Amino acid sequence: MRVVIAEDLALLRDGLTRILEAFDFQVVEAVDNGPALLPALVRHRPDVAVVDVRLPPTFTDEGLQAAIAARTEVPGLPVLVLSQHVEPLYARELLTDRSGGVGYLLKDRISDVAQFVGAVRRVAAGGTAMDPEVVSQLLARREPLAVLTAREREVLGQMAEGRSNAAIAAKLFVTEKAISKHINNIFTKLGLPPSDDDNRRVLAVLAYLGG
Amino acid sequence: MEMRTWMRGGLEAVAGGFIAIGLSLTNFPLLVLWLVALALSPVAGLGLIALPFMTLVLRARADLERKLAGRVGVVIARPYAPGPTRAAAGGWRRYQWILTDPATWRDVAWLVPGAIVSIALGIISLAGPLYGIEGITLLPLWLYLGTDWYGYGLFWPINSFSEGLLSLPQGVLILAVGIAAAPWLRWVDARFAKVFLAPTKAAELRLRVAHLTVSRADTVDAQAAELRRIERDLHDGAQARLVSLGMTIGLAEEMLDRDLAHARKLLAEAREASGAALVELRHLVQGIHPPVLAERGLDGAVRALALQLPLPISVDVDLPGRAETPVESAAYFVMAEAMTNVVRHSGARTAAVSIRYEDGRMTMVVLDDGKGGANPKEGTGLRGIARRLAAFDGTMTLSSPPGGPTAVTMELPCVLSSPRISPSSGTG
Repeated sequence: MRVVIAEDLALLRDGLTRILEAFDFQVVEAVDNGPALLPALVRHRPDVAVVDVRLPPTFTDEGLQAAIAARTEVPGLPVLVLSQHVEPLYARELLTDRSGGVGYLLKDRISDVAQFVGAVRRVAAGGTAMDPEVVSQLLARREPLAVLTAREREVLGQMAEGRSNAAIAAKLFVTEKAISKHINNIFTKLGLPPSDDDNRRVLAVLAYLGG
Repeated sequence: MEMRTWMRGGLEAVAGGFIAIGLSLTNFPLLVLWLVALALSPVAGLGLIALPFMTLVLRARADLERKLAGRVGVVIARPYAPGPTRAAAGGWRRYQWILTDPATWRDVAWLVPGAIVSIALGIISLAGPLYGIEGITLLPLWLYLGTDWYGYGLFWPINSFSEGLLSLPQGVLILAVGIAAAPWLRWVDARFAKVFLAPTKAAELRLRVAHLTVSRADTVDAQAAELRRIERDLHDGAQARLVSLGMTIGLAEEMLDRDLAHARKLLAEAREASGAALVELRHLVQGIHPPVLAERGLDGAVRALALQLPLPISVDVDLPGRAETPVESAAYFVMAEAMTNVVRHSGARTAAVSIRYEDGRMTMVVLDDGKGGANPKEGTGLRGIARRLAAFDGTMTLSSPPGGPTAVTMELPCVLSSPRISPSSGTG
């Protein structure tokens, strides 16, 4: 699987490269600044990109902007965005094109290497990987999604983090069948039209983030 | 409607002229008493009490004049030097403070000229309308019918019945002009008072220095306390965790040869500890300078904040650029404080925030539909906002009637730079 990495700190860039290569990814390019990122993404069309939000030269949110711009040029380009802090605002912006293949994680999560690599693979496959921190910040709000039961909100939160039905079932100690029933209820209550399941999952997560 | 407000303003001004005459008459006894108090100064004990007391009365009178001037749109600031901090009521230092303040002497100098101008203008503003009323009530006509030597307006004396009748339209005109002129006469009076009662350039600067001294001391205190808090958080938090992390890894290293399972467990612990250290550092950074503020400016940071709070908040930001970092940071923290206050205290169901920039001032408003009754004297939140703003010459006003709604308006003078395109520096 081919990966483009964008990270300005050499220490972290090398660490990421090492981890991903150890799990049979091929790092085709590792850039260290914002302006180089977009051309790299468009040129290589990698299976997945791992991008730091804050990059030189402005040290604002260039990584995020480049990732969003790349997804307009290459629709559905899978991007996993990493940051020292997470903002639901950024998560929402990443998901607005409604096409999945998006991840947004704290850099802390890299230390759990197996889970991190799992998240990269999930994003590459068109799924989502939202940081539990984003999800819990949103769970703290009471207003949106009032139509959902507490259990359904919990399931939606797990879905937003990118877990499969089986994984959610294991985590919540119920059967997979119960989970898929909850998920169907969520889709119905949020008025999501029947379509392929992956896309509906993204739309549900988006409704969740939309506030 | 237009007519009514015009009439009301005019009549209020006429009444104001009447009041001004009455008040001005007190100026003369006031001057005499003050001079007597001054003359009594050599009399041990008495002067030290009488003069400060009379000056207090004098200043009350001058303050009243300033307030009245403010009502007709002439703002006159209080010019008095701040009093000595530890001075007994009848002490020498208080006496000295009063006599050496030029504003005292300017007040005294104002008493007579101010009174004369006020009385003269007051009489004019009363006489005009009264003369008009005289004409309207056709009094000149009756006088003409009674005696044969009287005049009004253009006709002096009145020679015929019809000329007597013409006093009616003339009276209406004179009354209208009198009422229209009254507010202007009040304004002239206030302008004249301002010449004496406003601070001189030197006094203005002195007042500004006094204000800056206080706000700077507050800022320095707040900053020192903040640094102390950060130091303690780092010392007890992330730093301690890193020490323990080093110990755990060292121990794991020892165990590698002896007990592999134990080493593995220690390494898992180490990873958890590094995660906890990161969480702590993240919270600390959030409190120093929120990353989203650095990345997105005030607009994005306030939006991100609104998204995190547990009630719907509409955000309306219109800023043509970004403020200097310290100002932007202060603006963010006062907004954050005001917005979390809504969540904490107001019981509101919705809130709206807006940020505007006009004439070199950033105006931030946080409005909620909660229960109101907020008091800046209670709770440290609102006082903290005022203090943070004061460091940049900003101000906060609070409107919170019981039953709501509550509006916190914060103003911050600042210069905005055009949006950053390729800024020069940063740290990795």
